[in-house]
Amino acid sequence: MTSQSAQKCAVLESQLVGRSVVTLDDLSTDHIRLLLAKAQYIDEDMKRVAHTCDGRILATLFYEPSTRTRLSFETAMLRLGGRVIGFAGAQSTSATKGETISDTVRVVSNFADIIAIRHPKEGAALVASRAASHAGVPVINGGDGGHMHPTQTLADLSTIQARFGRITDLVVGLCGDLMFGRTVHSLIETLCRFGNVHFVLISPDELKTPRYVIDRIEASRTCDYEEVHDLQDVIGKLDVLYMTRVQQERFFNEDDYLRLRDTYILDPAKMKLAKPDMAVLHPLPRVNEISFDVDADPRAAYFEQVRRGMLMRMALESSLLGDSLPGFSESDECKEVTE
Amino acid sequence: MEVTSLQNGIIIDHVPAGTALKVLEYLKVDPSRTKIALIMNADSKRYGTKDIIKIEGMADDRIDLDVLGLVARNATVGIVRDGSIVKKLTPTLPQHVSGVIRCPNPRCVTSTERDVRQGFHLVTLNGHQEYRCDYCDEEAKF
Repeated sequence: MTSQSAQKCAVLESQLVGRSVVTLDDLSTDHIRLLLAKAQYIDEDMKRVAHTCDGRILATLFYEPSTRTRLSFETAMLRLGGRVIGFAGAQSTSATKGETISDTVRVVSNFADIIAIRHPKEGAALVASRAASHAGVPVINGGDGGHMHPTQTLADLSTIQARFGRITDLVVGLCGDLMFGRTVHSLIETLCRFGNVHFVLISPDELKTPRYVIDRIEASRTCDYEEVHDLQDVIGKLDVLYMTRVQQERFFNEDDYLRLRDTYILDPAKMKLAKPDMAVLHPLPRVNEISFDVDADPRAAYFEQVRRGMLMRMALESSLLGDSLPGFSESDECKEVTE
Repeated sequence: MEVTSLQNGIIIDHVPAGTALKVLEYLKVDPSRTKIALIMNADSKRYGTKDIIKIEGMADDRIDLDVLGLVARNATVGIVRDGSIVKKLTPTLPQHVSGVIRCPNPRCVTSTERDVRQGFHLVTLNGHQEYRCDYCDEEAKF
């Protein structure tokens, strides 16, 4: 007899089949919990799921440079038994001839079962998802300019879940570029949906969190925040410290970039003030905001975060394709989704 | 020139001061082909100053209240028949508008992708309301 938890997981799984993920608002909190559970399940025995997506093809349409994200999407599909086509860089595509994103995606959706897209223009993934819907092919947003990068947030959530066994009842510090950092905005907004998080927003005045993100925290009944300038003053109370890179491409003026780049650097001296189980996250690549001396500290979670990203992409790709992970419905992870 | 009072048409009152011409543009009313009286920066008890638009001969069903709500959310529309106001309409904020305004964000996909219909959705957060681009979530500018 199918257990109640397996039934609930099956319902959630059926809701994800064929769906595109442009922003995390496309997923309910239950869906995100399901994906977190699946990632954990995959991590425990990768071989068990090695043929989940046999015969499937993922197309990665990457119109701008990316190392981690593209390789992560591709590795995820390869580890599930599927294959990968695609391009990295718009210069080798028909975009140089003036082809629209929509047309390219409509063409590719005839070849592939699922598409991951990265594009410098904000909203490109929504255009792609609408184009691919003609063929019923799901699209995953791999980053659309400074707008959304949902799978990075899934990686962040999975890392926090792995470290603390929960993604609520935490003090989460976010440090650096809180104005332009899309990963920061997305993480805050998503954690607000789960609730019970105290945010400590650490940034210079020039890079403060935008009003619309603060609005999301204030609209949450169980989350609150404080804005501070000094990392050292607050590091001792954090469960999670999310560091970000001050990105040169977000500045119109290089002098502003150079002035702010080194404002917040995490080093062993600051780590001494932190809790023994604090987790340091970073979306990578880092420039110099985390000293290399911190890498050996067990609290450094940013390379684990990369692995978690791949696991979450495995969970997501298989779920959107409707390919069930063998044995998942009878697993403890499935039961935890429904608790 | 003689400016007579309106006989049959509409009066759009409580338009934000200085924006009457822009409101006409959004309502797709061509001032060069329409009998219009504009009163700009008039005194307003409620808002300090306001614009008033009077259009002779315009049927009330030609006014798109969704578009008016978008650009002049506090405006009122008086329907005039035989020199008297017979009905007053108040625009409501539409949940979604498409094909009316363009996204101001140069990084938005709608700035380059051809054949994409511009769309904006109403967002309500902490009591204030604004329109955001369907594609990039940039706040609409009027």
